[in-house]
Amino acid sequence: MDNKIKERILSLAPEAIIEETQFISATIPSDKLRAVALALRNDKDMQFDYLQDLIGMDWGETLGVIYNIFSTPNNQKHVVLKTSTSEKESPELYTVSDIWDSATLYEREVYDLIGIRFINHPGLRRLFLRADWNGHPLRKDYDADPAKNPVPLINQTVEDMETTETLTLTNEGVVGSSFQLFGEKEYIVNMGPQHPATHGVLHLRISLEGETVNKIDPNFGYIHRGVEKMCESYTYPQILHLTDRLDYLSGTMNRHAVCLCVEKAIGLEVPERAHYIRTIMDELTRIASHLLGWGCMCMDMGSITAFVYGMRDREKIMDIFEESAGGRLMANYNVIGGVAKDIHPNFLQRVRDFIPYMRKMLKEYHILFTENPIARGRMKGIGFLTTEQAISYGVTGPAGRASGWMNDVRKIEPYAAYDKIKFEPMMRTEGGTFERYIVRLDEVEESLKMLEQLVDNMPEGDFCAKTKAIIRIPEGEYFQRVENARGDFGVFISSKGDKSPYRIKFRTPCMTLVSALSPITCGEKLADLVMIGASLDYVIPCIDR
Amino acid sequence: MFDFKIVTDWIDNLLRVQIGIPSFWTLAIEFIIVGVVFLSAYAVLALILIYVERKICAFFQCRIGPNRVGKWGLLQSIADMIKILLKEIISIDRSDKFLFVLAPFFVIMGSILTFAALPFGKGLHAIDFNIGIFYLMAVSSLGIIGILLAGWSSNNKYTLIGAMRSGAQLVSYELSAALALMTVVVLSGTMQLSQIVEKQNTVWNIFHGFAAIPTFIAFIIYLIAGHAETNRGPFDLPEAESELTAGYHTEYSGITFGFYYLAEYMNMFIVAAIATTVFLGGWMPLHIPGWGAFNHIMDYIPTVIWFFGKVAVCVFFALWVRWTFPRLRIDQLLKFEWKILMPISLLNLLLMALVVTLI
Repeated sequence: MDNKIKERILSLAPEAIIEETQFISATIPSDKLRAVALALRNDKDMQFDYLQDLIGMDWGETLGVIYNIFSTPNNQKHVVLKTSTSEKESPELYTVSDIWDSATLYEREVYDLIGIRFINHPGLRRLFLRADWNGHPLRKDYDADPAKNPVPLINQTVEDMETTETLTLTNEGVVGSSFQLFGEKEYIVNMGPQHPATHGVLHLRISLEGETVNKIDPNFGYIHRGVEKMCESYTYPQILHLTDRLDYLSGTMNRHAVCLCVEKAIGLEVPERAHYIRTIMDELTRIASHLLGWGCMCMDMGSITAFVYGMRDREKIMDIFEESAGGRLMANYNVIGGVAKDIHPNFLQRVRDFIPYMRKMLKEYHILFTENPIARGRMKGIGFLTTEQAISYGVTGPAGRASGWMNDVRKIEPYAAYDKIKFEPMMRTEGGTFERYIVRLDEVEESLKMLEQLVDNMPEGDFCAKTKAIIRIPEGEYFQRVENARGDFGVFISSKGDKSPYRIKFRTPCMTLVSALSPITCGEKLADLVMIGASLDYVIPCIDR
Repeated sequence: MFDFKIVTDWIDNLLRVQIGIPSFWTLAIEFIIVGVVFLSAYAVLALILIYVERKICAFFQCRIGPNRVGKWGLLQSIADMIKILLKEIISIDRSDKFLFVLAPFFVIMGSILTFAALPFGKGLHAIDFNIGIFYLMAVSSLGIIGILLAGWSSNNKYTLIGAMRSGAQLVSYELSAALALMTVVVLSGTMQLSQIVEKQNTVWNIFHGFAAIPTFIAFIIYLIAGHAETNRGPFDLPEAESELTAGYHTEYSGITFGFYYLAEYMNMFIVAAIATTVFLGGWMPLHIPGWGAFNHIMDYIPTVIWFFGKVAVCVFFALWVRWTFPRLRIDQLLKFEWKILMPISLLNLLLMALVVTLI
């Protein structure tokens, strides 16, 4: 397989530079990238159909993009494509948003933070920052002077948000053209940013026809804190604290991802016991996150009782965390090398007591809610996402598994103790709202089974490996993926040998979930939009970072 | 049974004969007394209902509910009332000011006018029309105007959508509710509320021999349609918090919102009260035909207690349903009414007519 890929790339782009480490990494000149991408995507024996991440880079002399692509039929083979342009005043690259739908939002983010304009992108606008922002923050020569970007005292106008100059490739070369998001006569309703049902500060602009939704345009950035830029001046242990605050409902798993990435980079061997503890905490966090996701979904439907029940059971998990780790939602438990301190003596027994309790409660939830005809009427037969759409939009996690796409990172690239226990990823095929709902509850049951195996086989030993006081990562680029409660959470660290990363990028599962709202909901009713959003279960700070 | 007419006659006698006030002024004073009594009863009942809802909702959700303000949280409603009276009323920039201010009054008036016609005990009613049921249905429809006006005049797309949905829902469910009440009118032969209750002297309508079957079906239909009328329970899409941020009363603040809130609770009470009067015997104690001694003992319990006890049971059902079920989408709601509930109520009416003529 590796040789075939190399041959194909070299045949289309002879000047490409190919490195083979754990994955094939090819640096391709910018004008040949599209051809290579199309070939890798569409060839029968390649089928790299999942674009996991599109990382904008400022390499000093050049600005470029790194593409992380995976091939689902070939057991998620990983290939990295890199391209760059040395034109720093107005850099331009060709878009891949018609090849992989997930690239549409990723490229907007790269334009926003690095400044690269993508030719033929359908509607290139800034993603997180205001339309009138000066500068591109993730560039190394960015001027962070507050006088350049004063806090505005009047609101950004809607026209600023909705019209933009895009680049199209015509016969005369690359030419600019104007792009209008909504037509004159469209009836547009704002949902959010402050809204009881958007699961965070998400601003959706919805174009309605009566009760039917025509088009949705999400507007991010209300909780953009510049985490990636901040991390460039923090040491690696300091970065860990920021990861909890991304997708805060699966904070433990995010921290786990960064720890694994750093440990892989410095070649640190983590003790068995630490792996088991980390896995147990991950699964408990997954249960807590799914309970909250379930509760919020029911609350959006009007059944506030179900939300309170979900919270009540989540409190039990929070109490277990608090006893061992000190924190409830932000447990601050994983560190580079293992966990911060050993588990409390009561920990294993409390987890053992929790498992049958949760099973009993799950049965009640199924009787109360899943069997309810009103709930079924609200969820069944609505909001379909086909498998191809799921892969193209990069919808990972339970939402993707409900559409029949096997994307569980715990099975594909096992980490921690996942290769030592037996479990099955929960899958459904229809891809509707009800399937996404039921996959989450099934996953809670599966996590309980995993916990049973883990607490019975906990090895003795150290809970943390010794690390140096200051951790420096050798020069290079490192990727790591972890199965978040919402999907494929990826970490990319590019290091120049310092104690802070040169560039760190978090691949958020939730951005693709929100981008999938548009194809799912067009044609459905407004009330269904709320349910579809709840079934996708996105958390906005994860998107905005 | 204690007949409240004794008290009203005594007051009338006092004013007219003993103090000797001319007839016009006697009536005026009596009207004022009735008005004050009903308005205070309205407000006090609403406060009690709010407290009861919060406590029962909490018990359903395995938590305690308000328990700090007063023993068992009994003074919570009063504290809320004081708070809402002191709140600032935010005026909206480009709303239709006249209609905006007028809308809550329609809702409250519809509610109070209906409230005033209910028989709370033997002789304890304000108005006793001979077209009682007809009057109730007509006057409770006034609330719809208030809701539509509120949605329109707020100058807000969300409220407009909410008001449209609400208008469609209320107009549709009026029909089923009215047909269910007509079923009982067929059984009783009269529309006058006090007569309907008197006729349930021997046995409540819902247990009334062969007619119990259509009456029971009508009872269920009326409870469902009535709750859809009050924008409560699984039918609260127009004010769905998680979808339209409070729907048609989003832009109202302070006491103007308080009116809508009050009216919603009292409408729930009124639906339960009408159901009690018409199906469960109103203030009539439980009489079992043939058990004279039992009936005699039942008569000792005051009629007001009977009335409020039965209403409490119906209100409990309303709260139970509200806190258990999720809400229906607007098209499912309307489909339910027009394709399922309405045909059933029409057939039920026919069935009742057959039962009454043949048996």
